[in-house]
Amino acid sequence: MLSRTADSLFWLARYMERAEDIARIIMVGHRMASMARSLENPGNEWHSTLIATGCDKGFFTKHAEASAEVVIDYLVRDPDNPSSIFSCLETARRNARAVRTALTVDMWDALNETWLRAHDNDAARFGPEHLLDLLEWVKERSLLFSGAYANTMLRNDAYYFTRLGTFIERADNTARILDVKYHVLLPHHEGIGGALDYYHWQAILRSVSALRSYHWVYQERLKPWLVAELLILRPEMPRSLLSCSEQIVQHLDLLAEAYGGLRGECHRIAGETHARLRYGRIQDIFQSGLHEFLTDFIDRSMLLGDEISKLYLN
Amino acid sequence: MPAGELSGGAKAARPSFDEMGSAGDCRAQYGLIHRWLADTPAELLSLKRREAELLFRRIGITFAVYAEGGNPERLIPFDIIPRVLDAKEWSLLARGLAQRVRALNAFIRDVYHERQILRAGQIPFELVLHNESFRPEMQDFEPPQGIYTHVAGIDIVRLGPSEFYVLEDNCRTPSGVSYMLENREAMMRLFPDLFARHRIAPVSHYPEELLDTLKSVAPENCDGDPVVVLLTPGPYNSAYYEHSFLADEMGVELVEGADLFLDDNIVYMRTTEGPRRVDVIYRRIDDDFLDPLTFRADSALGTAGLFNAYRAGNVTLANGIGAGIADDKSIYRYVPAMVRFYLGEEPILKNVPTYCCGIREDLSYVLDHLAELVVKETRGSGGYGMLIGPHATREQLAAFAEKIRAEPPNYIAQPTLALSTCPTFVESGIAPRHVDLRPFVLAGKEIRIVPGGLTRVALRQGSLVVNSSQGGGTKDTWVLEG
Repeated sequence: MLSRTADSLFWLARYMERAEDIARIIMVGHRMASMARSLENPGNEWHSTLIATGCDKGFFTKHAEASAEVVIDYLVRDPDNPSSIFSCLETARRNARAVRTALTVDMWDALNETWLRAHDNDAARFGPEHLLDLLEWVKERSLLFSGAYANTMLRNDAYYFTRLGTFIERADNTARILDVKYHVLLPHHEGIGGALDYYHWQAILRSVSALRSYHWVYQERLKPWLVAELLILRPEMPRSLLSCSEQIVQHLDLLAEAYGGLRGECHRIAGETHARLRYGRIQDIFQSGLHEFLTDFIDRSMLLGDEISKLYLN
Repeated sequence: MPAGELSGGAKAARPSFDEMGSAGDCRAQYGLIHRWLADTPAELLSLKRREAELLFRRIGITFAVYAEGGNPERLIPFDIIPRVLDAKEWSLLARGLAQRVRALNAFIRDVYHERQILRAGQIPFELVLHNESFRPEMQDFEPPQGIYTHVAGIDIVRLGPSEFYVLEDNCRTPSGVSYMLENREAMMRLFPDLFARHRIAPVSHYPEELLDTLKSVAPENCDGDPVVVLLTPGPYNSAYYEHSFLADEMGVELVEGADLFLDDNIVYMRTTEGPRRVDVIYRRIDDDFLDPLTFRADSALGTAGLFNAYRAGNVTLANGIGAGIADDKSIYRYVPAMVRFYLGEEPILKNVPTYCCGIREDLSYVLDHLAELVVKETRGSGGYGMLIGPHATREQLAAFAEKIRAEPPNYIAQPTLALSTCPTFVESGIAPRHVDLRPFVLAGKEIRIVPGGLTRVALRQGSLVVNSSQGGGTKDTWVLEG
């Protein structure tokens, strides 16, 4: 297939996933902020949310203070922010339009209708009082898109590239959501293991739809290292770094097979990352620092994306 | 040139021919449609129209309108009442179209080779050789099968039961065929019963015919099944939807200039598996932007070196470069002469009498009769920059006369034609509106024409301008099987 087509499919999937992920991160921020308010402990939740999405630099060149309203607007609809939900939907559709011929009708419908609704300028529907409805809607649309392509695309290289886009973005996002916790400061009198800390971890699990899964897997009250283990190392957790990494390795292998055995640096990086996660232990990760581990993972994801581009997309 | 029976303009214009016929005197091919319109309540028609709009919006048919702000993906209005031609009418048209396109291709080949028609004094040398659409780079180059315009859109207007006139030939990159196909698709979904009661010639095989045509002009040195691609300027082009639609239907890659590259005068596309050779390019980019090395250096749309590969016979471009010389507005009036000269036949389709303001007698006639004429820029297209005399104010006429005097060769004029009308569903109900027809003629080893074409309709009452950029709509065009 055309390199440009593969590139568009890859990015189209990444941007749809990112729209959903940003929505999930805002949900965490929202929940943490409301809990802090109810415990009369207003903190820096929105600032942390910005850092977690990687949008903090862009935000502070435009705004001086990270108040709830401004941050939410910047993350949801600001066209100047390339990672705002609306920008993601816009970019996804632009990529889709460029490769219309490579999409199934169901994929196109899912994308196009999402874009049309985001554009019908019904300001009231997207107002702050409807924030959670809007975020749910974005999640639904992204899930619809994932379902549409998983169920209708031919299992060929086009599908593999789309799949790669989804999982690289998703892994990146899970790492970032976990990292929110690092950036949210606990007030002095609220120690680790206190009520607020507990709610933070709960918010993180909820945002990746994993609160029930946690209880199912561990049958224990929330413990930070177990939450981290679930989201990093557990193979049965579909958004965990290990699960995503498995998918990435699998689809890179399928590509290599389809293309007569051609492999590159991206295959090596993906394999190495996967091995680390497959055989890693949570106590080791905590020992050397969860934040450092996540930062390193995010960097490696970026590198992996670059190497995939080099081998296939240029 | 004698203006003949068509002259006289608006004042003397007879009432337009209505293709359904007058009340109580319905033409045979419209019998069922007439009854259907009478039996269907207006609310139901409105409902169907809304359904149609929804359908089109979902399919994503859009058309960017250059001069308009706002939503760049405005829909072209679709009228739910079909236009019907019977088998006899179509066979006359089809013969006329094939004849005309054969002559146009022969003409293009001739002007880039022996120039016999110029030598014979049928067309002035300077009109061709000094024409902006003439491409000296193409001289003495022989494209496969001697074909230059592989896809021609011939715009037809109708003035009476058997009076079909060609208004304009489009030999470069005519668009609109996707609307022909989608309109049919929409009609079949919206009105399956009405469909079942007619025997309508299918159109959905157009992409296959197009692909066969393109393969039939593959370079001689191509062995095996030719690799065909469709070259588009990209998603921001107004016809992008059509490009992606056709590529999809043909099952060929939709490429942009940057997807192609040249190596040793051979064209390759960049794929995830490495370079792949390309044999035929159905290009929807204008000559000027095709190759920055040969044509406009500032073009970011094309591919450097493409022209040399074409001339080396390593790739076929469809349509060929330089085909525009045949559809130039100042050349138009010589097309009947081409038919006689190259084919030794009488033209089946008539030309509209045309005055070239570059010719002294014509200029003075045009200036004297401006209020009756339609004046077009020779380089204009899409209905931009034209004057419709009978609809213009005194000030507009005076201003336009100034423009013509300033640069006469830039303008041609034609009598205001009483275009035929078809019943159309507009705000006020069902009313006659003016229509034209763009059939698409495919020329490769043989000539193929899918029955029908794109009917464009001027939705405003009395308007004669059917271009979508000027508020025109489209209709499904039915050719009944005999």
